[in-house]
Amino acid sequence: MAQPGSAYPLEKKEQRPETHTMTVLVDNEPGVLARVIGLFAGRGYNIESLTVSETEHEAHLSRITVVTSGPPMVIEQIQHQLERLIPVHAVTDLTVKGNPLERELAMIKVAGKGEKRVEALRLAEAFRADVIDSSTGHFIFQVTGEQSKIEEFIALMQPLGLVEVARTGLAAISRGPERM
Amino acid sequence: MSREMTGAQMVLQALADQGVDHIFGYPGGAVLPIYDELAQQDRLKHILVRHEQGAVHAAEGYARSTGKVGVVLVTSGPGATNAVTGLTDALMDSIPIVCITGQVPTHLIGNDAFQECDTVGITRPCTKHNYLVKDVNALSRVLHEAFYVARTGRPGPVVVDIPKDIQFARGEYTGLTNSQHKSYNPRVKGDERAVAQAIELMAKAKRPLFYTGGGIINSGPLASARLRELVRMTGFPITSTLMGLGAFPASDPQWLGMLGMHGTYEANNAMHDCDLMICIGARFDDRITGRIDAFSPGSTKIHVDIDRSSINKNVKVDLPIVGDCAHVLEQMIDAWKAKKPKLDRAALKVWWAEIDRWRARNCLSYRKRDDVIMPQYAIERLYALTRGHDVYITTEVGQHQMWAAQFFKFEEPNRWMTSGGLGTMGYGLPSAVGVQVAHPDSLVIDIAGEASVLMTMQEMSTAAQYDLPIKIFIINNEYMGMVRQWQELLHGGRYSHSYTAALPDFVKLAEAYQGVGIRAEKPSELDDAIREMIRVKKPVIFDCRVDKHANCFPMIPSGEAHNHMLMGDDVTGEDIEKAITEEGKVMV
Repeated sequence: MAQPGSAYPLEKKEQRPETHTMTVLVDNEPGVLARVIGLFAGRGYNIESLTVSETEHEAHLSRITVVTSGPPMVIEQIQHQLERLIPVHAVTDLTVKGNPLERELAMIKVAGKGEKRVEALRLAEAFRADVIDSSTGHFIFQVTGEQSKIEEFIALMQPLGLVEVARTGLAAISRGPERM
Repeated sequence: MSREMTGAQMVLQALADQGVDHIFGYPGGAVLPIYDELAQQDRLKHILVRHEQGAVHAAEGYARSTGKVGVVLVTSGPGATNAVTGLTDALMDSIPIVCITGQVPTHLIGNDAFQECDTVGITRPCTKHNYLVKDVNALSRVLHEAFYVARTGRPGPVVVDIPKDIQFARGEYTGLTNSQHKSYNPRVKGDERAVAQAIELMAKAKRPLFYTGGGIINSGPLASARLRELVRMTGFPITSTLMGLGAFPASDPQWLGMLGMHGTYEANNAMHDCDLMICIGARFDDRITGRIDAFSPGSTKIHVDIDRSSINKNVKVDLPIVGDCAHVLEQMIDAWKAKKPKLDRAALKVWWAEIDRWRARNCLSYRKRDDVIMPQYAIERLYALTRGHDVYITTEVGQHQMWAAQFFKFEEPNRWMTSGGLGTMGYGLPSAVGVQVAHPDSLVIDIAGEASVLMTMQEMSTAAQYDLPIKIFIINNEYMGMVRQWQELLHGGRYSHSYTAALPDFVKLAEAYQGVGIRAEKPSELDDAIREMIRVKKPVIFDCRVDKHANCFPMIPSGEAHNHMLMGDDVTGEDIEKAITEEGKVMV
């Protein structure tokens, strides 16, 4: 019996994946986010985090920050595929530019009484988290910082009565005086 | 200049301002206001197709053979979804299309209204860009932008979805302006330093090769002219992808034939062994590269492409040049002339000697027979007997397409219309309709397979309605030949559903469509039958009964490198005939 085959090359390329943060400046028009997300979904790229907001109201420009991962050739592709979209003004790979400032905000609801409650508040102070809502039975903390700090804080809250977490996803900007 | 008019009038005005002469379409509820305007004028000619897929393919044929933007007008819902295959085809082959779709009125959008579909959602991944127009005052700007986006940069299809209430609404029409697009400004000129580096590399090359593609055709006739100048100036060999055929004349001694899966032995071996690959307007598609880790292992690669994302997508290249082929070729010619490089003549002589050895292998040879028409022979005769005519060729997809690419020789660009990227069976017939609309006095032939052509056969009716004397030359072997070939090579000859057991009588079918049917069954009848086909000034279906078991060679089997080709004479006809049992033939 002949060996089953394929009309396509089936071998997989082995390349180590890297994580990159990109910012995409787009016209804030209907469907623009669908174009960006559809590109990632359709071409099989990863989205680890995505944030979007209008950043220049008069020019109707929105800034999308996306954290993605993939082998170097794929990362290069992602940038150029994004640039191909008609409403995209600019794409910057902040990771390639080097050492960008990356921050996230999280709101963390913790319920509990007694010793656990005191401990949660003490840790929140150490993490410079603000209490933005509270009752005798709960706190909602707001914590800002790098993702690792937020992850760490959430892990610490876990045994202390963590109820739920809302996170904004990453916002990022390059260092120095230049525009992207 | 701005004037007040209805949305439907704006559509017609914008098409007029864009210099559109023909549109391909099909009416329906959501585009009736535009059709009503169409009926009240006679400048713009509307070609009524029989299926919206046919409209897009016809517009593709029109665009590819003229270099202009092809225009399509269809209704909402099924009109739009039927157009999706054509749009995807145009996207894959970078064909400039503007497709205007009707939409249900704005207040019904999202209500699952009659004949509603999310057209912009569905067509987002199969267009270069698309628009839903919700404000009549934005309509003229959007339409002009759609044409600009479709034809510039890497061309492609653009959809403009216009709700019915917007077609009725009155607003301000603005004509063409020179204002720059705020985010889309494709780069046309190549980086001078990169061009200089390319010339350096070319001057030093010992085994250089030009590898060109559809980008040259899309760039326009100037790109082909400059390619010829540069290739002849350098004396280097040249090959091209399926999409690029005609950019360089096939009769030229520097031409190695098409490359890739069914490319020539000399072209593929030259790709594998070259030390400098100059890729212009091609995209390292998987049908070209074969096994990627064994693809041209020893070469330095230069890649000229207008689309930055084509560079380093499949194959890592050493010198990328982003720009339009015609511009970059001109820069390369100027740089070459300025540098007057001293070539390594001795090495190039050795390289050409090697190429000549590969050529001597005569890879396209096949066994001619007196009792049955070999498909290759049919195309050779078609080629020979159409000399002296102004010929345009379209194809369907499959074995006949590859044989056409191998045996029909193209001397000029824009003469060859085929579905390369998407591989759309059923492309050729409607595409021929579009080509014939653009070139009413030329000889337009769809080299077809009997399976493919049945997918869009209804467009024969369009050809009849508009007196378009297209010739459908069917290489009829009763099989989906390429499917069968793969089943033979890869699936133990189990012909699962690749035989069509109840084909129509194509001669009668032609007559039913008010055309002319011609059949040839023996090689001795072929020439006269082809002459008859050319003579008839009506749509013709030519049923060319060919050897049922012929396969398309040479071939790079999947997962193999360019220098591991399967040649036609490795596999004997008897072997293949033996492999096909009676059971296999009727397996449906």
